[in-house]
Amino acid sequence: MIDRAYDVVIIGSGAGGGTVALGLAPLAEQGRRVLVLEQGPRLADEEFTGEELEMAEALYADSGGFLTADGTMTLAFGRVYGGSTAVYTGTSLIAEPRVVESWGVPGLSHTDLAERSRRFAEQNNVHLLEPVEINENNTLFAAGCEQAGFEAQQFPVNVKGCRGSSLCNLGCPNAAKQGTDRVQLPAAERRGVEVVSRAEATRIEEKLVVVRVSAAPAGGKGSPSEWEPGEYRVRAGAVVVAGGAVGSPALLLRSGFGKRLPRLGEGFTCHPAFILVGEHSREITNDVGHPKSYYVDRAVEEGYVLETCMYFPFVTAKSLVGFGATNESFLRAFPRLQMILVLACDRATAGNRVAVDSRGQPVVHYRFTDEVVRALAAGTRASARIFFGAGAARVHVPLASPPELRAPEAGEIDERIRPEHFVAGTVPVSAAHLMGGCGMGSSAADSVTDSWGRVHEHPWLRVADSSLFPDSLQINPYLTIMALADRVAEAIREDAIR
Amino acid sequence: MIPPGRRAFRSLAVTIVPGAARLDAEGWQDVEARIEAALRTRPPRLRRGLRLLVLALEWSPLLRHRRRFSRLDDARRTQILDRVQRSPNLLLRRGFWGLRTLVLLGYYGRSEVRRSVGYRADPDGWAALMGDFPTGPEDGIEGGS
Ligand SMILES: Cc1cc2nc3c(=O)[nH]c(=O)nc-3n(C[C@H](O)[C@H](O)[C@H](O)COP(=O)(O)OP(=O)(O)OC[C@H]3O[C@@H](n4cnc5c(N)ncnc54)[C@H](O)[C@@H]3O)c2cc1C
Ligand code: SF4
Repeated sequence: MIDRAYDVVIIGSGAGGGTVALGLAPLAEQGRRVLVLEQGPRLADEEFTGEELEMAEALYADSGGFLTADGTMTLAFGRVYGGSTAVYTGTSLIAEPRVVESWGVPGLSHTDLAERSRRFAEQNNVHLLEPVEINENNTLFAAGCEQAGFEAQQFPVNVKGCRGSSLCNLGCPNAAKQGTDRVQLPAAERRGVEVVSRAEATRIEEKLVVVRVSAAPAGGKGSPSEWEPGEYRVRAGAVVVAGGAVGSPALLLRSGFGKRLPRLGEGFTCHPAFILVGEHSREITNDVGHPKSYYVDRAVEEGYVLETCMYFPFVTAKSLVGFGATNESFLRAFPRLQMILVLACDRATAGNRVAVDSRGQPVVHYRFTDEVVRALAAGTRASARIFFGAGAARVHVPLASPPELRAPEAGEIDERIRPEHFVAGTVPVSAAHLMGGCGMGSSAADSVTDSWGRVHEHPWLRVADSSLFPDSLQINPYLTIMALADRVAEAIREDAIR
Repeated sequence: MIPPGRRAFRSLAVTIVPGAARLDAEGWQDVEARIEAALRTRPPRLRRGLRLLVLALEWSPLLRHRRRFSRLDDARRTQILDRVQRSPNLLLRRGFWGLRTLVLLGYYGRSEVRRSVGYRADPDGWAALMGDFPTGPEDGIEGGS
């Protein structure tokens, strides 16, 4: 074991960890030692090729195929310098007041989160794309919404020099997407914060982090770690856990914190989602241009949100229910495909939680509630109307049997698309907005941390990531995560003055 | 996973993606190598489970149809896999899900197949398609805190 000592150790470099790193840069400039440990690798610009399988393997946990305990849902999250911000799409929304207020976390106000979110939106160059930059996969969604009577809103996105490669979820090959890997982490490093990649925090003890640094695998992407491979004991005045909604609860659970924190791992939510495809009779611009420009928010009325999206051949094939010639015919129509993502706004539910197995590895237990299935069905019906409204000739609908509707059958949408057709383990559900597990609240009886991310009864330990959400956010979460992490950095800076 | 049940595996793969029937020997090798590579990082228990599933599916029609899966016609094969994917047994549905995912990964992971379906995404985006690209406002504050 090699011993090291720092003033602050941040575990994870994603939306939360990257934000804390930059927030603590003033301390680093004053000579305090601030360290970020990142389990994943650090890639050079030219290693972002946009190739589906090789990028998924390099950037995602389990190559993007992490499954829930019963194998019925895939969870996508990054394991790389920048965390999931290296693979997110960069749609940038500010939390709704009704959601933050419904959490009822003492000391947390919507006004404060919104103000901080706006600051990060500016830092990340968030803006609306010009009409000329928006492709037909997106404009057809807007046109279909108008036909079908839905209100489409434009997503602000955080790009700078976007060339419209549509490859955001495979890591931007043009360094255009403004994630923590491009903005906060490099700025923090320039100001003296140290970032060590391929460094997994395996355990946390009182003011101490046990770390395993791995060698770069032969032929894999990414540079070797900044530290020699081996086991380290890193002493720290303060520890900030920012490993994401799966990584953070798992690390704290395997370190034994569950004994005094009964809510640790509980309250996991993730906006379970389907990818739907509709085929047009002509080629459209879909796999060129930024993939995500519009959404429809029906969270309050029907519990779902619709977003435009564009995926790659393997992910698209995997997202169709069933198998065989009909599915293949959709893939063969790739240049004519329009895609919509249906997300259910799930709520924290008893039993949906992060746990660890006998080796300390994360296991996510998740059951689809009736509300979630109803929301997915309602979102699927709405999407079918939007596809046909936009002129699609046929639509693949996972909640119909058989799972295909043709334009002349558009009048049968309500009868054909039914929640009863949802069979867990057959219908492809995936999620990328992972939340909860270290929820904020007032005491250990109802939560894991206070509103400043301080873990109850452990003043030296804080959490600063998506695991802080006491319940789902019902919109794309990264700006809110940054806002929460910014509060954590502020609290640590204040502690340092005292 | 593949060698002992290669014929069984390929007949399953062709039922899942009929286009796989057009693969030549090199194409199959490529598909199978991708699947093996994806399985390399997975727990051995998963690899064993998948191998068992392939063999079980191969032999399952013997009683009813007096033939192995790989000797059946397309319609019968499709019927059998459809029953498996709708099975009341979650373990079986999961197993089929895993197998289906691997076949799709092996097949659609091939650059030839991606090209043949007309997938055009390119790091150069608009410029690759049209020789030019539109730009938006670029005045961000990089790295400010
Ligand atoms: C494909 C995809 C698209 C998305 N699109 C959007 C979008 O458009 N808009 C939006 O708002 N949100 C989007 N999201 C969600 C958003 O990216 C995440 O919610 C956000 O990044 C989560 O931040 P985080 O800090 O909690 O975790 P992450 O960003 O996931 O970072 C956690 C990091 O911690 C590291 N880590 C974990 N455990 C350890 C350990 N023990 N030791 C060391 N390091 C560890 C991980 O390797 C990882 O790098 C998307 C997500 C995905 C996957
Ligand atoms: S669409 Fe723009 S932001 Fe997304 S990967 Fe391509 S260049 Fe990067």
